[in-house]
Amino acid sequence: MPEPLLQVENLLVRFADPHRPGGELRAVDGVSLTVQPGEILGLVGESGSGKTTLGKTVLRLHEPAGGRILLRGLDLAHLSEAALRPHRRAMQMVFQDPLSSFNPRQTIGTAIATPMKLHRLYSRAELPGCIAQILDEVGLPASLADRHPHQMSGGQLQRAAIGRALALKPDLIVADEAVSKLDVSVRAQILNLLRAVQARSNLAMIFITHDLHVARFLCHRIGVMHFGKLLEIGPTEQVFETPQHDYTRALLGTLHGSAARDVRIPA
Amino acid sequence: MGGLLRAALRSRTLLTGLLITLLVLFGILAGPWLTPFAPEEMDFINVLTPPDAAHWLGTDSYGRDVLSRVLSGGRISFLISVCGVLAGAALGTAIGMSAAWRGGTYEATLMAGCDLLFAFPSFVLALFMMVVLGFGVQNVIIAIALTYLPIFARLARNLTRTLLPEPFVQAARLMGQRPARILLREILPNILSTLLVQASIGIAFGIVMEAGLSFLGLGVQPPTPSLGTILADGREYFQRAPWVLTLTGLVVSVALLGLNLLGDGLRDLTDPRLRKAAGP
Repeated sequence: MPEPLLQVENLLVRFADPHRPGGELRAVDGVSLTVQPGEILGLVGESGSGKTTLGKTVLRLHEPAGGRILLRGLDLAHLSEAALRPHRRAMQMVFQDPLSSFNPRQTIGTAIATPMKLHRLYSRAELPGCIAQILDEVGLPASLADRHPHQMSGGQLQRAAIGRALALKPDLIVADEAVSKLDVSVRAQILNLLRAVQARSNLAMIFITHDLHVARFLCHRIGVMHFGKLLEIGPTEQVFETPQHDYTRALLGTLHGSAARDVRIPA
Repeated sequence: MGGLLRAALRSRTLLTGLLITLLVLFGILAGPWLTPFAPEEMDFINVLTPPDAAHWLGTDSYGRDVLSRVLSGGRISFLISVCGVLAGAALGTAIGMSAAWRGGTYEATLMAGCDLLFAFPSFVLALFMMVVLGFGVQNVIIAIALTYLPIFARLARNLTRTLLPEPFVQAARLMGQRPARILLREILPNILSTLLVQASIGIAFGIVMEAGLSFLGLGVQPPTPSLGTILADGREYFQRAPWVLTLTGLVVSVALLGLNLLGDGLRDLTDPRLRKAAGP
């Protein structure tokens, strides 16, 4: 087995409990997992299961209360914001809401050029060509570079968001419900795009979704989350065919139309 | 953008405010060419004459043309107010945005300081600062700036806080932008319109504050005309020549009404909820 790209060990994220003064919630409760280079790991679970928090904590958009986040062996969990900055390039995110992913006052071209300029990945003269090339890579015409976000459709914006993430040549992309706000017709196109860019540049991806069909279509391995814990993790077909956990079986039951709402897992 | 312009043209508040403000601006900027008298020019034959064709607002106890003095004084009062409000807005916005970004004790301390300044009525605060700093135009500007600083600090902090969890701000962090760059390039452009509306309302209050301080003899010193010194002069011989005080006061009121209407109109325009409620 090759060295994992990302290794999460015993990760813990706490939030203040809004219903109990002084109390706290364990949004992510001791999760460990690995992501290999070029692998798509799906994280499934219902809302509130902690899958988004886990994804954002791996990117250090939330502060972990404990545990380790090893990117190629380097622990990012406790680096200061300034020390972390040079390592941020390697891990990017595609957000759920394509419209709010972009600064309403900037053109799409500026949004894609900003990360390139920051990391001096390209010279100033190359920049317009690079923007066009990135837009082309995600299936958008170069003319869109001059548009503002509100002048574009959700599908176009999500393509541009993927392009912006790719502009930094990352090793890992966290896609948080990246297709759930899109029309069904657009959804399949964006999923195909994600799979294509992932295969082309041997990206690793953490794909967060509550949609099991989407997870099965896209992911190599799947992790099931519930109440902040990772219940089980394994190759996609294994999780779907021989689920190890009652909750997973209940969740999969929803695929065939039965309700899983009242299922409680034994502690 | 086209929708915004159409809404602006439909708003009676905004148009009236804009019209009055433009008239006032034209008056105070073109003042020297509008009246044949210089504001300091004395004429001891025509002392305290009531309004007539030559002196629309009459003359004061030195025979100076009141209209010329109001236009000239208005210019000085307006400039003092603009400088004070802009200085307060710039500093307050910087403090508020950095507080929202850093959070923790830094934010709590700064915001507690703002609350302390808020606790005093703004004119009392300005009076107190004039006493500490001493009299004069520069210190009026500083007093106005310090009065507006907490207002802008709190506004900028609240606006910034609502934007921080937005995905586009998180994306900026992920691409490795420095905090100063995120605040200036990603967040400031999105809160600027609200801050400008607050500033336009603030300028009206700044003029009142300058007039009040100068009226009490703490601000602009005679013989330089400012709205406050003209009103103070007019008060002394109010019984013999009531027009100096009343007409000057009327002009100031109309100018402030214009600025306030403009500010309210702009605020309604930038708040889509109010825009819908206002109807056509």
